[in-house]
Amino acid sequence: MKTALFIPCYIDQFYPQVGIATLQLLERLGCEPHFPEAQTCCGQPMANTGCEQEAQESYQHFVKVFQHYDYVVTPSGSCAYHVRKHYDVLEQTEAVQHLRRNTLDLAEFLLQVLKIKSLDARFPARVGLHQSCHGLRGLRLGSGSERNIKEYSALRTLLNMVDGIEIAELQRPDECCGFGGTFAIQEPDISVKMGKDRIADHQRAAVEVITAGDMSCLMHLEGILRRQQSPIQVKHIAEILNSQV
Amino acid sequence: MKAHPIKAAAFLQNEARADWHDESLWFVRAKRDKAAHEIPEWEQLRELASQIKDHTLSRLDDYLEDFERHALENGVQVHWAEDAAAHNRIIQSILKKHRARRVVKSKSMLTEECQLNAYLEQHDIEVVDTDLGERIIQMRGEPPSHIVMPAIHLKKEEVGQLFHEQLRTEKGATDPKYLTEAARQHLRHSFLKADAAITGVNFAIAETGGVVVCTNEGNADMGTHLARVQIHCMGIEKIIPQTKHLGVFTRLLARSATGQPSTIYTSHYHRPRPGAAMHIVIVDNGRSKQLSRPDFRNSLKCIRCGACINTCPIYRRSGGHSYGSTVPGPIGSILTPGLDLKKYSSLPFASTLCGSCSDVCPVKIDIHEQLYRWRQIITREGHLPRTKKWVMKIAGSILSRPGWYEQAGKTARRLLRGLPRILVYAPLNIWGKGRELPPPPRQSFREWYRKNREE
Repeated sequence: MKTALFIPCYIDQFYPQVGIATLQLLERLGCEPHFPEAQTCCGQPMANTGCEQEAQESYQHFVKVFQHYDYVVTPSGSCAYHVRKHYDVLEQTEAVQHLRRNTLDLAEFLLQVLKIKSLDARFPARVGLHQSCHGLRGLRLGSGSERNIKEYSALRTLLNMVDGIEIAELQRPDECCGFGGTFAIQEPDISVKMGKDRIADHQRAAVEVITAGDMSCLMHLEGILRRQQSPIQVKHIAEILNSQV
Repeated sequence: MKAHPIKAAAFLQNEARADWHDESLWFVRAKRDKAAHEIPEWEQLRELASQIKDHTLSRLDDYLEDFERHALENGVQVHWAEDAAAHNRIIQSILKKHRARRVVKSKSMLTEECQLNAYLEQHDIEVVDTDLGERIIQMRGEPPSHIVMPAIHLKKEEVGQLFHEQLRTEKGATDPKYLTEAARQHLRHSFLKADAAITGVNFAIAETGGVVVCTNEGNADMGTHLARVQIHCMGIEKIIPQTKHLGVFTRLLARSATGQPSTIYTSHYHRPRPGAAMHIVIVDNGRSKQLSRPDFRNSLKCIRCGACINTCPIYRRSGGHSYGSTVPGPIGSILTPGLDLKKYSSLPFASTLCGSCSDVCPVKIDIHEQLYRWRQIITREGHLPRTKKWVMKIAGSILSRPGWYEQAGKTARRLLRGLPRILVYAPLNIWGKGRELPPPPRQSFREWYRKNREE
């Protein structure tokens, strides 16, 4: 099984520890993912702003870099969703179709491909789980509060494998954090207000750490937390799953 | 028209009030969740409703003609209006024919869309909105902020003050029961005096030629039962094929809207009362154009429950008036660009694409996907601000070239580390207005990887 690691551009540049945790975790689980160095970005920032045309080069580049791997794993539900959902505008060659099927978020890869049932991980802290929207409603990593189906959450399933962790219950379990890509810049007031409200919910639940499957949500929340000089930390789920205190 | 972000920022100036607004609507969303989770076959119902609507839209012309034929057989007079102007003209001519000067109107977003009240008033006809929320905003001279709860942006203290000024209730009174009673007494006069009653339509059944109106206050019935002329205004998309399909929608509608098992009144109108007249006005006003757009066609499945509005985290924190369109919130943001793309070009961007709207939608409209598609069209038609397009073009070039990308990343991190805070958080840094930037690490992941896995 040839597996490639796709590290989203902003994680590569600003949160290298998330990329490292993802890689180490996969290696510990017996997988040897390769990081093709020519990789850049899935094109989502442009496309979500209405500039699908300007994202074309990124799309083509992504396909060129990753087409020969069986799986592409990424610590981002949002980027995986973008490739799977929005690469429909490309000519549907075999390579494109293959990537639209096999670009997976880390949680999906762990549970559906590696089929892990347990983890050697320990993270003794009270944690609030932020259900990033594209993972939740795009990739269906969880049932979501809107739909009347059997409750499940891939991220919770994974966190429950970690020793010492205490998962806090929130009043609004899956409301958006307000990041939304360039929305954060185009509608800055609402964006920050949504982030503040999410944080208040986690604060009421007395969490020490907020975790999520997407670092972009956490970047936004962390920016507000640090502005508020709050002691609450943010950690990508890969960092928690890779913790061995 | 001011763009959504500007009006949203103004709404958020009063943060406590924005919190109150958010909580009020979240309360409705939570009630909806509870009601939806009490129906084991909820998801099946949604699928069924979606399919019935898809089917109906696929042969809308046939069903509309069926509907008209059956309505005519029942003695109803049927009128067709191509646009808002035609709709208003038709209503006025009906009223003129019947020498009706006083009109009571129950809830209808279509007449709001067509700006009927203003038109009729210009023609010396008195129109009184009889839905409590609509009456309140009519007294205030402002548009509704929500399609189901038109006065949801107002606090009971404000309603108390308004009623004190216009209905002479006690000063400072805020008891909803007392205020509602005052409105009932006041409206009773209008009902008794009315020559004609206008209602909206929730469902129009092709098989029978009848229309169905759902209300909680019974005001549609008070109007139509008393006046000698009843007029029902409907968009062409209100059609369902048969009576047996109605139950699917009535089970979904009230639960999605307010969390009630059903609306208090579900009224069926088939034919005029003896000695009275019944008219139905069928309106297009841009709908057939929307039907012709494959990417946006299924927005016409909408049954106007407002669930997407209640769940929208942006709507809850910016209020209905920030959208500047008759229908606010996510559904409005996919319907209105079809009417005037340039004017409403900020609306499809008033979303994080979180997808909650699509998941609460009882007829499974892929609302957030349509928002995404409108964004592409807005750019293609040249309505994206030029600087934004330019920035995206540069970003696109950098983000598809590994060499440029790595250099740009390195430079950005070095600048963030080296520059003094006052420069990094200069006014141009919109991100930094309410948030810190991520602390720039010395090493990117790829640099780490090179050192630790490749050497």
